[in-house]
Amino acid sequence: MAEPTSEVLTEQEAAVYDRQIRVWGVDAQRRLSKARVLVVGIHGVIAETCKNLVLAGIGSLTLMGDTPVTLDAAASNFLIYVDEIQNQGKSVAQVCADAVGDYNPMVRVQVQQGNILEKPVEFLDDYDVVILGRSSLSLKKKVNALCRSRPQRVAFYAVDVRGCCGISFIDFQTCTYKSQKKDDDKELEYSKKSCSLEDSLSVRWDSLPKRASKLFFATRIVEEFEQKEDRQPGQLTSSDVPALIAFGTELLQEQGMTMVPVIESLLKKIAEAGSFELSPVCAILGGVLGQEVLKLLSCKGEPIQNFFFFDASDGKGMIEEVTP
Amino acid sequence: MSAMADKEAIENARVLMVGAGGIGCELLKTLVLTGFKHIHVIDMDAIEVSNLNRQFLFRKRHVGQSKAQVAREAVLRFRPDVDIVAHHANVKSPQFNVEYFQQFNLVLNGLDNLDARRHVNRLCLAADVPLVESGTTGYLGQVTVHMKGRTECYECQPKPAPKTYPVCTITSTPSKPVHCIVWAKDLPFLKLFGDKSLSNDLDIRSSGADSAAEQEEASFFDLQDGESSKAYATRVFDRLFGENIDIALKNEGAWKERRKPTPVYLANIWSSEEKYDENGADHGYENGHENGSANEDKPKDVRAPLSATALLGLKNPQEIWSVKDNARVFLETVRLFLEKRKEEIGSLTFDKDDQLAVEFVTAAANLRASSFGIPMQTMFDVKGIAGNIIHAIATTNAIIAGLIVLEALKLLGKDRGACRMTYCLEHASRKLLLMPCEMDVPNPKCYVCSQTPLVLEVNTKTVTLRDVVEKIARKKLAASFPTIMQGYNVLCETGDDIDKHSAAIYEAKLDTKLDALTPVPIVNGVEITIEDLQQEFSCIVHVKHRDEFSEEEEADQMRLGGLELLTATAPVDSKETDAAPKATSVDVQTASLDEDLVMLDGQNAVGMKRKLEEEGQEPTQKRLKT
Repeated sequence: MAEPTSEVLTEQEAAVYDRQIRVWGVDAQRRLSKARVLVVGIHGVIAETCKNLVLAGIGSLTLMGDTPVTLDAAASNFLIYVDEIQNQGKSVAQVCADAVGDYNPMVRVQVQQGNILEKPVEFLDDYDVVILGRSSLSLKKKVNALCRSRPQRVAFYAVDVRGCCGISFIDFQTCTYKSQKKDDDKELEYSKKSCSLEDSLSVRWDSLPKRASKLFFATRIVEEFEQKEDRQPGQLTSSDVPALIAFGTELLQEQGMTMVPVIESLLKKIAEAGSFELSPVCAILGGVLGQEVLKLLSCKGEPIQNFFFFDASDGKGMIEEVTP
Repeated sequence: MSAMADKEAIENARVLMVGAGGIGCELLKTLVLTGFKHIHVIDMDAIEVSNLNRQFLFRKRHVGQSKAQVAREAVLRFRPDVDIVAHHANVKSPQFNVEYFQQFNLVLNGLDNLDARRHVNRLCLAADVPLVESGTTGYLGQVTVHMKGRTECYECQPKPAPKTYPVCTITSTPSKPVHCIVWAKDLPFLKLFGDKSLSNDLDIRSSGADSAAEQEEASFFDLQDGESSKAYATRVFDRLFGENIDIALKNEGAWKERRKPTPVYLANIWSSEEKYDENGADHGYENGHENGSANEDKPKDVRAPLSATALLGLKNPQEIWSVKDNARVFLETVRLFLEKRKEEIGSLTFDKDDQLAVEFVTAAANLRASSFGIPMQTMFDVKGIAGNIIHAIATTNAIIAGLIVLEALKLLGKDRGACRMTYCLEHASRKLLLMPCEMDVPNPKCYVCSQTPLVLEVNTKTVTLRDVVEKIARKKLAASFPTIMQGYNVLCETGDDIDKHSAAIYEAKLDTKLDALTPVPIVNGVEITIEDLQQEFSCIVHVKHRDEFSEEEEADQMRLGGLELLTATAPVDSKETDAAPKATSVDVQTASLDEDLVMLDGQNAVGMKRKLEEEGQEPTQKRLKT
């Protein structure tokens, strides 16, 4: 666990962060103020996550991406102000960085151009955490592996919202944290290890508990289908549903399972949602993910391991641990 | 998603949002992103610096401005085509009547206090508009849906009472830091700087001596003619932490089974060579803080408020001070109040945003703690406890706001049965971090939504109509503008629209004892009706006379309860209260609550009920004689 610096919070920090320091303490706040987070790909749920990290007072937030800002991009993203849409030529990353930077002047918010896979690998050494927005399965695996290749811990988070479903994956690698399990318990120090996405996905489905989240299987099927069909995530439509279900049935069988109506209906919902993100689900996923990143960076509170799913249809927010 | 509303229903829906604070900011953002276009926002508060860590629609430059208005403008920047009406007003004000509520399809609450929640609950019942309730504290949160006749209303389950402490624990036998903090806030602070004419539970019971001694005790805390503020501070210090403890020690029986306190006198704190250096501190004051803080209009932000710790160089509010430093802070705060805020003395009440008051209470609480061998606390922690500050983070509020909007979508859709109440947990339970539960049906014994009569046990010979209006109608039944009737006789009516003539008649009756009221005395067996026209709340109350009331538990000589009181057989004898589990209590939640007060209560679906109730309770404590 990194030692917090002994310096006293500034008067401004103490005043602005008062209510949250009452939740996680001064040491946690000091650690947060040193943390560096990189975010790749900006859409609704990522905007929510960025907001939460900046408000909490991390050290720096870097937004990466060159996509120009469009009306479509603004649909679920409150960091894009309408007057910016006419302002041609600015990237979504730039526009969002300007907006979210204004939330908290004590956080350094900046923009990186280019593609993460084309950067020299040392590029990641400037960050403690990488958060990947909507992306293909192969990109997730690659970035996760890059994070793991660094000498210092670079934690990896992936998050997406497909219609009314929220999906996230977490590989913090190793984590030492303080936690109070119950109200009257003493705060103790614990350690945890997590596994990479690649390793997690090597687990056979029929070895998972019976009550495992159906969204786990549905998202696996969708991502594998998108990869096989060479589609960008979020590009499926209702016309893909029959093929998707057929593919899913096959995949389930390979893993020693059978297709059930719940999974079928999830596949249908995800395909029909296309690139749409239901905003309340973005708020929920961005809240949970933001909280997880803050826990890790502040060494305070037990981190989730290693998938989190939310389905607005049944209202359940479920943690699924899938490790070899 | 079939249970959810379609685009058209969302765009046409008219939504009332009550509260634009921690949950409110997140809610307004998520509502407009979801496609809601017609929203009213009501919030009476102004923006404060401590809001900025989570109320993301506000910036430092907005401090002091209306939350509702600034939130509206901020949201219009990313959704200029929505129609938002901002009301910088109290939701309890008469303009927001039943007709006002009826224009909405949904009411969504992001409130911070019980009173306003109860008020909105009644208006939603009266207007028959579904209500989504919410609350958060730290990592915990909750969203509930209230539909008239279908699910329980907000008041169907009694709310946990504010945390209280036995008076004698506070005045004589503290054992925890919080006891010392409550003492500092309710005793020395009020005695030195508050309104002395207001009697205080602690005051009455602490001395137990005759009135002459009480008189002497009261005047002790007045500044004598020609007395310097330093001499006064010294005299008061030795009385509070020295002499009073010595007096208490004489009652040897009290200390047989507990640790004896040690008196703290100033003379013992300074070693022989050193002395409290008043001039040094004074010097710093003249140089750095003379301008703009000693006056009535204290600055609302954090710019150099009048502060003893700043003068004494105690810069870190997270540090526990030595006894000596606590003594220095105590003396310095007393001096500063006397010299720089003289005009406020006699009318001050504790305010968590009053730096000097927080410093005084911290020092006084710690000095008392050191006397009793209780761990001392940092100023940061004392401020939190004394000010009942609710712990709050942005992420929980964002999650809860998302859940509120999802319930709103179900309410506008075809299947209201899909609505759930949802908990947001800190530690997952059965893998669930967000846990939906079935909602309860209305409680048939609820006096609000089922109009079940209540019973008021009261000493009709000593209690006045005013007591019933203030302590029962307003405080217990949360009526904002109560009307009290006996049959067709209006005994009392309140509100803005009462003509002067009637108001005078009612006012004249207020101080009449119940059994002397005309035309019909309120005595045993009489039935009265307590109403609030704005809330369309009406409740029948059976009056039951009783002569004896426990001084400890029922100091108001009243007890309000359900119908079971009419059939209860055992007479309540004042002596019997010794066996009662509760002692007289000091309400520690009188100070204003901050945002996002959690409303975790009354739930049982997943075994949460027990746990959450326990949070509000003190471990069983030996009852102590006062």
